[in-house]
Amino acid sequence: MVSYQPSNNSDASAEPAGADPHRPSDHVDSAAPAERAGEASGAVTQPKLGVIGWLRFAWRQLTSMRTAILLLLLLAIAAVPGSLVPQRSSDPNGVSQYFASNPDTAPIMDKFQLFDVYSSAWFSAVYLLLFISLIGCIVPRTKHHLAAMRARPPKTPARLERLPAYTERMLSDGASIDDELDRAAAYLRRQGYRVDRLGPDAATGSAGSVAAERGYLRETGNLVFHVALVGILAAVAVGGGFGFTGQRVVVTGQSFVNTLAAYDSFNPGRFFSPDTLTPYAVTLRDFDVTYETKNQSALGQPIDFTAHVDVTDQTKVAQPGQIKVNQPLRTHDTDLYLLGNGYAPTITVRDPAGKVVFTDSVPFLPQTANLTSVGVVKVPDGLAKQLGMVGFFYPTQTVLASGAFTSDYPDLVYPVLTLNVYEGDLGINAGAPKSVYALDTTGMTQLTGGKTGVKSLELKPGETAQLPGGRGSVTFENESPSGTNANDLSHSVKRFASLEIHRDPSQGWVLAFAILIMVGLALSLFVPRRRIWVKALAVSQLADAPVLQFAGLARGDDPRLDAAVGAVATKLVGEVHDLPERTLET
Amino acid sequence: MNLDQISIVAVYSALAVYALAFLAFAADLLKATRADAVEASGANAAPRRSLARIAVALTVVAWLLHLSADVLRGVAAGRVPWANMYEFAVTGTLMVVTVFLVVLKFAKLDLRFLGSFVLGLVLLLLGAAAVNFYREIAPLPPALQDIWLVIHVFVASTSVGFYTIGCGLSVVQLLQARREARAAAPAAVKIPVAVGAGADGAAGSAEASGGVSTKRLALTAIPNSQVLENLAFRVTVVGFILWTFTLMAGAIWAEKAWGRYWGWDTKEVWTFIIWVIYAGYLHARSTRGWAGTRSAWLAIIGFAAVMFNFTIVNMFFKGLHTYSGL
Repeated sequence: MVSYQPSNNSDASAEPAGADPHRPSDHVDSAAPAERAGEASGAVTQPKLGVIGWLRFAWRQLTSMRTAILLLLLLAIAAVPGSLVPQRSSDPNGVSQYFASNPDTAPIMDKFQLFDVYSSAWFSAVYLLLFISLIGCIVPRTKHHLAAMRARPPKTPARLERLPAYTERMLSDGASIDDELDRAAAYLRRQGYRVDRLGPDAATGSAGSVAAERGYLRETGNLVFHVALVGILAAVAVGGGFGFTGQRVVVTGQSFVNTLAAYDSFNPGRFFSPDTLTPYAVTLRDFDVTYETKNQSALGQPIDFTAHVDVTDQTKVAQPGQIKVNQPLRTHDTDLYLLGNGYAPTITVRDPAGKVVFTDSVPFLPQTANLTSVGVVKVPDGLAKQLGMVGFFYPTQTVLASGAFTSDYPDLVYPVLTLNVYEGDLGINAGAPKSVYALDTTGMTQLTGGKTGVKSLELKPGETAQLPGGRGSVTFENESPSGTNANDLSHSVKRFASLEIHRDPSQGWVLAFAILIMVGLALSLFVPRRRIWVKALAVSQLADAPVLQFAGLARGDDPRLDAAVGAVATKLVGEVHDLPERTLET
Repeated sequence: MNLDQISIVAVYSALAVYALAFLAFAADLLKATRADAVEASGANAAPRRSLARIAVALTVVAWLLHLSADVLRGVAAGRVPWANMYEFAVTGTLMVVTVFLVVLKFAKLDLRFLGSFVLGLVLLLLGAAAVNFYREIAPLPPALQDIWLVIHVFVASTSVGFYTIGCGLSVVQLLQARREARAAAPAAVKIPVAVGAGADGAAGSAEASGGVSTKRLALTAIPNSQVLENLAFRVTVVGFILWTFTLMAGAIWAEKAWGRYWGWDTKEVWTFIIWVIYAGYLHARSTRGWAGTRSAWLAIIGFAAVMFNFTIVNMFFKGLHTYSGL
């Protein structure tokens, strides 16, 4: 907890003796802590602490400001490794690669949870301790603040001229001290001060005074800020558990139904129940892409991706909608995001007799900015042996000096598909789940490409190639709408959209707490908390006339204290006439 | 010449004028040293700081060139000029100088002694940007086409501006605290330099014990460490609030663009680390034993993290924030 008090604040001297120096200066403990906490370490006879005493001691240590600072710094340091080592949460492929290239060290690092830093035991320990320390600080401070808000402003000190901001003004002849003080009280009240009008006090020579304090919002803001931090943590920990995140690749013309089975991958929260999935379907009607065509230095850079979808549920007719990057579709308590896109060439495989044994639009995963893409086709039935194909798709094919193909533009200008064909056991009969994006070629014989001596199948949209040895044929279907010019291949290959579907019931709470954090922070740093006293002296040392003394004391950083005190004085009595202004520098 | 080319000319012109301003600020500091020495030996005339006035005037001229370079780049690109590393650097340094000039104008203290620090940093970053980071104008990728680009990045740059000034003040505060500790130490007795000197106090303790050296006198023209600490705090606090907003705006935008508001992306991690360090600074400042020298060190460490986040993380770290264009 922070009271944002500069170390030299003169208010510190006003602290009750024995107060914990790490508490804000306005913090009041229920008992002198030094006795309870056994901090009288230098004493010859130390009282025995006992279990309760040690617990108390540990608690006081944990909730001390010094511990909080150390925990904050520790948290900062603990967060660093997660930016140096790939994390499973944000970069699972990076983790696999790391394991592959560092087979010796990676498992050891894994033992220390270095690939899951932000859910690791040690990272959690730091922030949980920090939050316990925080709560241990919020509770007593809230109590104290509630009491302070009901209390009267502190009594006028005996010697105002010793306070950091001070000025005095002589009253004009005939002015009534009581009237002046009443005016001062009314003025300060209008300025938002809590005001206490005090009578004469012979002991201090006071002929009456006004005590005023303002800026309780500073501490309120501080408490709101810290409570909201705890709120965010709670919302993330609890609320996030009821949500889920799922990914699904949808090819144009196809639909996706919001059920567990339909997801390609699915990450449920801790308390997620599949019953909470709202039944609805999303059809990818069309997918528009725009690439830069004019700016030579940015040729082919993506300008826009838009997925046009229809949302259907049991009650309504199809609702058209669109999903873009930065423009998720929020429907049926879920949010749909466009995370990626690519091509899904439609491939048909026929047996030697010409009967179709496979036809589908297969999503090919983009590998480069110009969308050279890789995909896998698996034909389990209908041929003599199971058939697997690893394909490369080039939306705008070009030949490198090495003879290798690549794509030099992401849109469909000269699309080419090449396929390496394998025959044998696809390894899917055992029922073990296999990735649709990878082909395990152990136990398979390569028929085309590579070292076989047979050229890979190379197809343009609409073309058909024969499989070697009369095994059948493969066709790369041209999906252009009817009536398209034969030379226009811009719509000859279907596209897919990679969607993320996401529900997080805690998101609104997190946002609300975040706003409270901002508001609380601004209040706690910018609202000046200050006390102002106005005291009347019937006879001053400097002149033979009644004098009004004005003094101010800041609680926390307050660059405008002098100005505030001066303003009160000027407002009430006017500019200085014959008395020297003795406002001190802070 | 198209607008972008004019913008480049303006950037280089700004660099040249900043360099002159930097020299003038440095010369002013040197001169202040001598003036102080004279003053200390009895002469009473307040030093006329014509060099500092020239330096400020040059800074304003360079800032105008810098501003026009940034605006022209934006007009040429047809969007806000902060969407790749070159533009981040141009806009970021512009905000640093802007905050410096604003603080110069409105602070009650004379802060021209910070000029060499601020302009040195600006020269370094803007120079590196112009020479190494320059990229042709490219359209915004879909992920950046959002109003939050305007808000998030601009607020972050402004925050860095405040952090820079806060860091500069903290550095000078440390130097002052060291000088004060030595001045306070009895001249004849060789005692280790008091708390204020911190870790590197040993370096010059022998020298200090022999009295106040002339070299240190440059700092007598500068406010004492307590005043500097208070001012550094006020400036850094503004940076911290803006940084908090940057972090939150980033989270809101990340939810829109990437489907989650927080995912420990490398840039998110470093934004968080910086936030936590500065939170530590705020706490340190109100804790006895930590206020003063130690909290100043935290402000400096925090700023080092800001610079790391802006340079190393942007250029070499893998993650979703890969917009440097390098």
